[in-house]
Amino acid sequence: MGANFSLWKLTKWTLFYLLVLVIVVVSVFPFYYAILTSFKSGTDLFRINYWPTSFSLNNYFNVLNTGSFPRNLLNSVFISSVTVLLALFLAITASFALSRVRFRGRGLLLMTILGVSMFPQMAVLAGLFELIRFMGIYNTPWALVFSYTIFTLPFTVWVLTTFMRDLPVEIEEAAIVDGATPWVIITRVFMPLMWPALVTTGLLAFIGAWNEFLFALTFTSSNDTRTVPVAIALLSGSTQYEIPWGNIMAASVIVTVPVVVLVLIFQRKIVSGLTAGGVKG
Amino acid sequence: MASIELRNIRKSFGVVEVIKGVDLTIRKGEFMVFVGPSGCGKSTLLRLISGLEDITSGEMLFDGQRVNALAPSKRGIAMVFQSYALYPHMTVYENMAFGLTLEKGHDKDEIRRRVEKAADMLQIRQYLDRLPKQLSGGQRQRVAIGRAITRDPKVFLFDEPLSNLDAALRVATRIEIAKLHEGMPETTMIYVTHDQVEAMTLADRICVLRDGMIEQVGTPMELYETPDSLFVAGFIGSPKMNFIGGERAAAHGASTIGIRGEHIAIVPEGGEWSGTVIHTENLGADSYVYLDMGTEEPVVVRLDGANSYKSGDVVHVTPMADRIHRFDASGKPMR
Repeated sequence: MGANFSLWKLTKWTLFYLLVLVIVVVSVFPFYYAILTSFKSGTDLFRINYWPTSFSLNNYFNVLNTGSFPRNLLNSVFISSVTVLLALFLAITASFALSRVRFRGRGLLLMTILGVSMFPQMAVLAGLFELIRFMGIYNTPWALVFSYTIFTLPFTVWVLTTFMRDLPVEIEEAAIVDGATPWVIITRVFMPLMWPALVTTGLLAFIGAWNEFLFALTFTSSNDTRTVPVAIALLSGSTQYEIPWGNIMAASVIVTVPVVVLVLIFQRKIVSGLTAGGVKG
Repeated sequence: MASIELRNIRKSFGVVEVIKGVDLTIRKGEFMVFVGPSGCGKSTLLRLISGLEDITSGEMLFDGQRVNALAPSKRGIAMVFQSYALYPHMTVYENMAFGLTLEKGHDKDEIRRRVEKAADMLQIRQYLDRLPKQLSGGQRQRVAIGRAITRDPKVFLFDEPLSNLDAALRVATRIEIAKLHEGMPETTMIYVTHDQVEAMTLADRICVLRDGMIEQVGTPMELYETPDSLFVAGFIGSPKMNFIGGERAAAHGASTIGIRGEHIAIVPEGGEWSGTVIHTENLGADSYVYLDMGTEEPVVVRLDGANSYKSGDVVHVTPMADRIHRFDASGKPMR
């Protein structure tokens, strides 16, 4: 009986970790292969192997020293950061109104905001293009900041509104009695309480803007204004017929690392952000 | 420091009218308690005075000045909330100083002096550097009271400040609030509670509210001894006043008579009424005997000291004639 029992336990344990292993391999393998490839050079690139056989940083030097890749990287950092700051600012103020100020059509407005986020990018691409041309910001970073903010806002507003609605009304009322204006309430009372939600939504907005491709391809036309996803896609080899896999992979790794670092830094905050408000504590 | 006058105050939420025309004058330095069952509008009335809710119609005057449209912070009020409502991310010191830092014209030294003075009054000085989550419920409520004191308000508002505390702490904090009132004789205090014991022990005057209207205003003893309606008679006092109708009331020429438990004497024989003991409660200092006399609710007799009556005993009782409250069919007293 005892032996049976421990055998069953062992089987369960084995199956469980086997499943974990499968999931990890499936999700990590593409990235692992990209890293592996980025360290290869020459014809090694086209030999399939799953363990590192050679190591060279040539691809990284190539990517960083040729063309406008560093510039593109800077563009990406600038556009994503500005998008996050702008989106968070607008979302905090909007969600304060949506969660705290009573006005006609509030529910309808919230549903509309959610509805907007369901449109595929393709559907609004033409209209957005016209708008950007009209505003005269075509082929500038602002075109991307503008369009990314539009697409990030619904989610950000929605999450922050839900979060803010859960903050006790009495705290706000205490602040009102203390003489706080709405701006003071938002910045000095609500924002410190909302860090987890701000970090979570801000990070997701950053990742969204960082990886976006379609708008970046459409609204920029010169090498100097492109962001990294487009730059990577347009990396060309020495001839028209050569695809520089090594460079592409090195660039991809360079692009992914900042995001991974950000997530690791804010990991704790994200977890508490995703669960905060679920339980009263 | 401020007298408050309410003139025909009304408040509606959508189509529901919650406050239905309240006229009330609260004197300078008075401790006024709003009491009533849940949903009677007592908290709403407090929030109207605080300015957190807008008045639908009527006039509110502070020291003769109309304040209907004045923001809460401009009215010179401070409020203590039921849920403490401390700022969770600020230390006790920052919580108490927040209001002063927002007002212009207070330098740091003055703020520190005022916070420390309030903290000394409430004996929370050693907690000034802690966060609210590191404090117990009673300590948090003190901080909330301290935050209000620091602002040196003309009117102090309490919205059921004790209902989140346990029984022992509630009594202790109640005494502390009474002392606070003694220490600030200039400050008008308005206190909302559903607990009539708090009302009786704290108030200079009590305002009993029912369905958005004032039922009676008076000192605790006035309400206890000369209630203006069946409702007030039943609401003030513990245990509840006994109400007896039917023939027994008719014998006194009333539709309903009310008699408090301590005004009924158990007599060996030939009392005015008789009943069967259904339950007894011994509290040591006094004790309650519940009698079934065929009335809707059992009649409670309060005796000094312990008693030895048992369920099933038949006892004779006599009400003290001059302590009988007579009410007509509309619930109004007949005097």
